[in-house]
Amino acid sequence: MNVILDILSSVGMWEAVLRIATPLIFGTLGVLLCERVGVLNLGIEGIMTFGAMLGWLTVYSGGDLWMGLVMAGVGGAMFGLLHAVLTVPLGLSQHVTGLGITLFASSFAYYVFRLAVPTATSPPTVEPFRPLAVPGLSEIPFVGQVLFNQTAPTYLALALVAALAWCLYRTPLGLALRMTGENPHAVDAQGINPVSLRIGTIMAGSALMGMGGAFLTLAAFNSFFPTMVQGRGWICVALVVFASWRPGRALLGALLFAFFDAFQLRLQTVVEGVPYQLFLMLPYALSILALVLMARRARVPQALMQPYRRGER
Amino acid sequence: MRVLELQSITKRFGAVTANEDVSLHLDKGEIIALLGENGAGKTTLMSILFGHYTADAGTVRVEGAELPPGKPRAAIRAGVGMVHQHFALAPNLTVLENVMTGTESLWKLRSDRAGARRKLADLSAKFGLKVDPDARVSELSVGECQRVEILKALYNDARILILDEPTAVLTAQEAEGLFATLREMAAKGLSLIFISHKLHEVMSASDRVVVLRGGRVVAERRTPETSKEELAELMVGRAVQRPERVPGRPGAVLLEGVDLTLGGKGGASLKGVNFRLHAGETLGIIGVSGNGQTTLAGLVSGLYPPDGGALLLRGHRPARHDVPHAIAAGIGRIPEDRNAEGAIGDMATWENVVLERIWDPEFSSRGIVRRGAAKQATQEIIRDHDVRGASVDGRIRLLSGGNMQKLILGRVLRAGPEILVAAQPSRGLDEGAIAGVHERLLEARGKGAGVLLISEDLDEVMALSDRVQAIVGGKLSPAIPVEAADARLLGLMMAGDWSVAKEIEGADAV
Repeated sequence: MNVILDILSSVGMWEAVLRIATPLIFGTLGVLLCERVGVLNLGIEGIMTFGAMLGWLTVYSGGDLWMGLVMAGVGGAMFGLLHAVLTVPLGLSQHVTGLGITLFASSFAYYVFRLAVPTATSPPTVEPFRPLAVPGLSEIPFVGQVLFNQTAPTYLALALVAALAWCLYRTPLGLALRMTGENPHAVDAQGINPVSLRIGTIMAGSALMGMGGAFLTLAAFNSFFPTMVQGRGWICVALVVFASWRPGRALLGALLFAFFDAFQLRLQTVVEGVPYQLFLMLPYALSILALVLMARRARVPQALMQPYRRGER
Repeated sequence: MRVLELQSITKRFGAVTANEDVSLHLDKGEIIALLGENGAGKTTLMSILFGHYTADAGTVRVEGAELPPGKPRAAIRAGVGMVHQHFALAPNLTVLENVMTGTESLWKLRSDRAGARRKLADLSAKFGLKVDPDARVSELSVGECQRVEILKALYNDARILILDEPTAVLTAQEAEGLFATLREMAAKGLSLIFISHKLHEVMSASDRVVVLRGGRVVAERRTPETSKEELAELMVGRAVQRPERVPGRPGAVLLEGVDLTLGGKGGASLKGVNFRLHAGETLGIIGVSGNGQTTLAGLVSGLYPPDGGALLLRGHRPARHDVPHAIAAGIGRIPEDRNAEGAIGDMATWENVVLERIWDPEFSSRGIVRRGAAKQATQEIIRDHDVRGASVDGRIRLLSGGNMQKLILGRVLRAGPEILVAAQPSRGLDEGAIAGVHERLLEARGKGAGVLLISEDLDEVMALSDRVQAIVGGKLSPAIPVEAADARLLGLMMAGDWSVAKEIEGADAV
């Protein structure tokens, strides 16, 4: 019992929660955006991998860290465009297209990686984002030490949650986006083109996914290896359902998952005689439980996965 | 003042010409009805006006200025508002959100919700369109949804309002309320076009009627100077006569309901329903929808067993009360909502034809479907019932409402039912199709079937029934012979005043 209390009261544990949550926040917001306009984007797993690679490659070949993050976003948006063209104007199956993009983007990422470093046996590292202590605030005991001693992308992720929530619920654009996910015919009837709205939003959402991937190489692991996303993308898809398609709750979900993950990591080192794989399973098992409890009352966007064609219902 | 002018509009879809050289004008403060059968090109014409389609030829002018083709936004700006037949609303959003969407510049950093709420409340008060701005659309009734659609158009400062079959989904009372609102709007200077194929509403609600047939304008009349009969003929292209009922010879009691009660299933509950249906007669059940008729139809056709009371088939309680047994006992069913309960849109016509009786030896043996026989039967139905546009292997979704109804009727009648439950059989059909449906129902009765006709259309019930009962709040009124019925008496009965009906029934029994 004391062991658990020790873990829960350590600054390091809670710092790690925010750090682990960051790529999930980016990814979840990305999926949330796509689904809010009615398009499922299962390309996320591959797009994150590609973003991780492109971010790393940019920095490795001399770009600065922010440049790496931006490039990861651009790369993500390009795969988003591909997904959007296939699913929106062409109206193809969103499941199949998304999975195809995941396979394609992850293989393509590894291919480009191998072109860049043909011979290296251990993945080359880059100088990552360093924690940025906010003057004053970071000296508040515990809370300040946890919240205000993070890397810049983490601050950006938190700011994005607020920005996206404001956009969806307070701006005319956000209303049009939500309407597109509910009934694209209604948007068209009000003189807005739902097709371009969908394409643009999928690109923006995919850019966020790419940036989430880049966080892994530029702030967590410092290097790229092809399996590094490790299902984080799928977790994001589930978190969106958990969040009932609301940005605030998406943050909550990402933090909850990250908490389980950080907790089990520390538990592994102090509890003996239990295979560590059991601990590895913990966050996933608990996520499923949380999903079951939370998602039953979720309000699904009514037009999710329904292609829009003018004059057809 | 001329507010709207369509000039020589032509629109083709592949080989099909939907509109040919159509010209039309609308004056300020006027209500015109665009009358035509299903497929006459009414909706296409209005979609061109609103910019959803681009015309192959012709121009649209609003208040003298030409509208650029294919731009809904431009039509909205010019003051054209459209109320779609299938509501263009988002059920998970609130009324206010639905109305506001697209009314502000998309790139504003903050919506002016307070201002929007004020404007909506003003419009709502001005035109008597009451609706709660914070209610989710999914919680609204169909009538309320339509109010939201109209408010949406008004919110966009529409001066010309187009309503596509506005009463298709409304009850008779809601429809009356709607037309009162439209009058009010015209009096306040708006100009309106409503699309319809219902003669009585065209006669009662419009100033002028434009009749469309086969994509062309075939006539234009000032409403006071024309008649239902003339319009019917113009619309269909030939004199349409609904068939006449000849007195029948009722036989033994086929179906009897004794104090039937049933709560909550698929609609309003039944609270003690009594009726007797004889062979060779039509029993009309009239009532404003929502009074239990859907539940009654479901109960009789075997969907739900009653909670209390008994449904007697030829004097006996059936061994089991479910759909297969009902069908086996000779009960045929024409469901109220043909798209939801009558047919499976994405399946082939022949599959839809045999689905209800797939276990019949005619259509399957030893668990294998007899496709040949099934397709043969479908072919016969298509031929005998003049189902247009249907092919045996084509998806049934592609049929128009009237043709789908003909197919469903054909399917049911082919089995030679002794009891026929027809729920709102002519809802949404045009004049030609209605006449066809009525003829078939009378034919079935002539062959000795008992027809239970459930309808909210007064004319239909009067024309087809031998006896009439009203359904009010889950109860049935006494039955009166149709000879004793008139619109006033049936109105009273539908309102729940059964005193006269009781006297008539009493006198009848003696």
